[in-house]
Amino acid sequence: MNIVVTAKYVPDPDLPGELDGFRLRREGVPGLLDPIDQCGVELAVQLKEALSGRVILVSMGPAVAEAALRLGLAMGADEAVLVTDPALTGFDALVTARVLARAIGRFPFDLVICGAQSSDGSTGTLGAMLAGLLDLPGIGPAKRVEVGGRLVRVRRQMAAGYEVAECSLPALVAVTSDINVPRFPSFKARVAARSKPLTRLTAADLGLGPDALRVRQAVVAITPAEERSPGEIVVDDGTAVARIIRLLEELGVI
Amino acid sequence: MPKVWVFAEHRRGRPDTTAFELLTKARQLGQAEAVVVGARAPEAAGPLARYGADTVYVDDNPVYDEWVGDPAAETLRRLLTEHRPDAILFATLPDSREIAGRLATRLGLTLISNAVDIRSVGAVRTTMFGGSLYVDCRIDDRPAIILVRPHSFPAEPAPGQGRVVPVRVELPDGLRLVRRVEACENAARGPDLAGAAVVVAGGRGLGSRENFELLYELAALLGNAAVGATRAVVEAGWAPPAAQVGLTGTTVRPRVYLAFGISGASQHVAGMRQSQTIIAVNTDPNAPIFKIADLGILGDARKVLLRLIEALRARHPGRLEG
Repeated sequence: MNIVVTAKYVPDPDLPGELDGFRLRREGVPGLLDPIDQCGVELAVQLKEALSGRVILVSMGPAVAEAALRLGLAMGADEAVLVTDPALTGFDALVTARVLARAIGRFPFDLVICGAQSSDGSTGTLGAMLAGLLDLPGIGPAKRVEVGGRLVRVRRQMAAGYEVAECSLPALVAVTSDINVPRFPSFKARVAARSKPLTRLTAADLGLGPDALRVRQAVVAITPAEERSPGEIVVDDGTAVARIIRLLEELGVI
Repeated sequence: MPKVWVFAEHRRGRPDTTAFELLTKARQLGQAEAVVVGARAPEAAGPLARYGADTVYVDDNPVYDEWVGDPAAETLRRLLTEHRPDAILFATLPDSREIAGRLATRLGLTLISNAVDIRSVGAVRTTMFGGSLYVDCRIDDRPAIILVRPHSFPAEPAPGQGRVVPVRVELPDGLRLVRRVEACENAARGPDLAGAAVVVAGGRGLGSRENFELLYELAALLGNAAVGATRAVVEAGWAPPAAQVGLTGTTVRPRVYLAFGISGASQHVAGMRQSQTIIAVNTDPNAPIFKIADLGILGDARKVLLRLIEALRARHPGRLEG
């Protein structure tokens, strides 16, 4: 069972984000392997442990993204590819999918795993776009994945409830963070990860020319949303409930 | 006048609320037309017309009900190529995402997702940092493929011409790739979260599942309020996923939002910052929720919740008895 996992380096989602022009600052701020992709790596490594095979990480991002890939390697992935290229700055969903699809296509695989939605404000459509470009059956958002023989069965998170869907391999699944709790690699595993193969590629290495990389959308303005001015803060000295009730009465709720 | 299409999701012939929202926006932008597919799609045509669809393309092939994504994407590709609308709008629902993503790659077009407003066919507004910044984008491809977050704007009925155009796109078997084998609907308890006038929501600060359950009692005392939850609470299993408010859950815009033990992570705030009045109870004076709360109570969420329930019960003796 050979599995390719997409792995994104993101600014730490627990810190307030910073802007770099019209874009989220991704370099020079603390970053990590996107938590949802950590779930993807965990799923891949669990499947590898059960069924044998190899796990390959594929990423697109700045050179510092290597740190995120090293974490994935320490978790049990065997090899990583980082597409890093100054030509890939203002990318959109389609260009991102094209780059990752080409990188994924370099490997023989049975399963592709990606995150259903990255933590730094992505489109939530990468899985569907990769499935389209790679001509694969694709299922998401997956909160449970079972592989039996050449069949993959997925519990999809729907707006109300869930749905079970299945398809045959090779296939793509887009996972949610409900799927598992990623392992925390040991110091020894982290050291070992340093000597696992990590290849850097450019867009040209993937055979992608300017036409394939042309971005067909742009940010034209960023403005603060209508500010909510903070209201009154009251220390609860026993009168807080009376304050809430008074406000609810004023608003006509009770 | 631009022609703006809406891909309408429906359940057993009843359009999803998002279809009405998207049609309301579509007719502000130009001529609104809808596409609806599946065995019971014909039943949806009338309601879609009542929200402004001048034309409804209906394909009642049951293939779309059984097979996820690919068949609908191919049908849309053919219809778009034939009718050339200026834009097609989807809601960011799981099936629509699958369809829109495949459609974009089949047509070689870009897409914009998580839109909260569309000012013109090529001008789309999204947000950043939990909704505290508006990001205005230009999309150059036509049709512009735009995925809109549910409940970003209201649905307002206004009759369209409602011309029904039956279509039957012949689909190769090779598109039958992902099969639905089982469905389980476990909606949130109580009234619909997205449309509720009052939402009582809880976070990890409530401490336990038992304490979270108190919110249902408060909701009943407030008369049909809906119960919301943070992602952490849903992940802890205290509340069903349908109760999740936030970027990856439901967007709400109630008259009053009561937040108990919610710190106000941007993930959550993105889904509730448009509430008219926010009341928040938290022990941490630095919790970001206090920056947007109209009334902030610095105190123990569980204790305040219990006392609030007690006080409301005293006002309505007999309500909730038994």
